[in-house]
Amino acid sequence: MKIIVDQDKCVASGQCVTAADTVFDQRDEDGIVVLLTDNPSPELAADVHQAAAVCPALAIVVED
Amino acid sequence: MSTLIIGASAAGLATLESLRRHNYDAPITLLGAEPDLPYDRPPLSKHYLATTNPHPALRPEQHLANLNATFHLGDPAVALDAARRTVHTASGRTLTADNIVITTGLTPRKLPNQQPLTGVHVLRTLADATALREDLLARSAGDITTDGPRVVVVGDGVLGGEVAATARGLGCEVVLVGPQRGVLWGQLGEVVSGLLGEVHGAAGVELRLGTAVGGLTAVGGRVSGVELVGGEQLAAEVVVVALGAAPATEWLQGSGLKVADGVVCDEWCRAGEGIWAAGDVARWWHGGLNRLLRLENRTNASEQAAVVAANIAGQPTKYEPIPYFWTDQFTTKIQVHGIPAADAEVTVAEGSIDERRFVAHYRKDGRIVAVLGWNMPKQTRLHRKHLLPA
Ligand SMILES: Cc1cc2nc3c(=O)[nH]c(=O)nc-3n(C[C@H](O)[C@H](O)[C@H](O)COP(=O)(O)OP(=O)(O)OC[C@H]3O[C@@H](n4cnc5c(N)ncnc54)[C@H](O)[C@@H]3O)c2cc1C
Ligand code: SF4
Repeated sequence: MKIIVDQDKCVASGQCVTAADTVFDQRDEDGIVVLLTDNPSPELAADVHQAAAVCPALAIVVED
Repeated sequence: MSTLIIGASAAGLATLESLRRHNYDAPITLLGAEPDLPYDRPPLSKHYLATTNPHPALRPEQHLANLNATFHLGDPAVALDAARRTVHTASGRTLTADNIVITTGLTPRKLPNQQPLTGVHVLRTLADATALREDLLARSAGDITTDGPRVVVVGDGVLGGEVAATARGLGCEVVLVGPQRGVLWGQLGEVVSGLLGEVHGAAGVELRLGTAVGGLTAVGGRVSGVELVGGEQLAAEVVVVALGAAPATEWLQGSGLKVADGVVCDEWCRAGEGIWAAGDVARWWHGGLNRLLRLENRTNASEQAAVVAANIAGQPTKYEPIPYFWTDQFTTKIQVHGIPAADAEVTVAEGSIDERRFVAHYRKDGRIVAVLGWNMPKQTRLHRKHLLPA
């Protein structure tokens, strides 16, 4: 699994952190997404896909 | 067990994607009124309006192709027979399916007796936004002779505020007219509405609030301004009517479904046997709040669609979200979790109003009903826990 986030598209909603908080975080100053790991363990796949699905800015792409 | 999705936008596409993630491999058809591939609406009042860039699709074409669905675009549904689960389209197609998902969104409201005039816009679709930005970006074109056109925005809600901010950012002279005491007053109350008013004022937007618009004025088929109730006229080359929008349900007349400010659904977002609704058009029973609710925001479209998909795929799920929306006006980023109310008690829980960076709690009857962040998105999300059921 490989994750790519687009910080220019991100609208700082934090939905991804709610879905997978060991993979995504937000910058303290402006809430923009930060990727904690771009290749998380396979058991997180469902949560990561959920994060990509609920991101309101389509800023997360997951390649299996 | 085929599925037919009516409305090919945020909620419609999310339904399709979620179904496939549930390994639902039956045929899925998406029917959309607009000719465009599914695209995202929030940028239409923000970045898209301020540039000349093309607007990307919600998902790349290859990704859409991998979803293995049939897309019929540019062909609106005109009638539904709920008992037979049959849809008729404008081009004459007749489509039936085991499950029908209604995701037709909203249609913008207009002024009473609004005539079609050049220079008058609503903003809901990509075509609307493209037409509006052409007018906003026009410099010295035709009879537009100022640096930027004079723009009157009619409407003091989220959309009116965003359009006013973007147009002002482009150098237009902007007047925002609306019946409320402040921008977003009815939704966010005095404190935050007051701060938003300051943001607009400082950036040079002229606020004419507490004023209703009586109608438009025109010269030879082109708008020349708006007339306020009471007779005063405001000159404008461009008028944006942002008076809110109503659920797009005209096509459901005679369908057998209950329609009342949206498609009325149960806790599972089911409107009838094998009929579901999601997104801006759906008014469903929120079990946690014990009432019918309809939300008009971007995250609701994806989340409600995911619940509908789970229910179709045989995993019964109730939909009980904490509502969330954001709005960007100039450089101010506002995030709201929960359901704020104008008469709620507002206290600052983190940060400070003086620094224009804070998280506020909205309380009613002693309970926190919403948290609002002003330029503090991450911290605001962390306050969301106050809204979770105990
Ligand atoms: C300019 C703008 C800015 C916004 N900004 C924000 C924001 O900052 N934050 C936020 O949270 N939300 C924002 N929103 C709201 C958000 O975009 C909507 O909540 C979201 O698009 C709802 O998705 P939907 O799929 O339910 O409806 P829609 O996106 O409206 O899609 C409905 C689709 O159904 C189609 N349709 C309608 N009738 C028929 C028919 N009879 N047959 C077939 N197809 C039909 C329509 O053409 C449309 O493509 C904004 C909306 C707009 C317009
Ligand atoms: S869900 Fe999307 S928009 Fe929200 S913080 Fe994460 S990447 Fe950004």
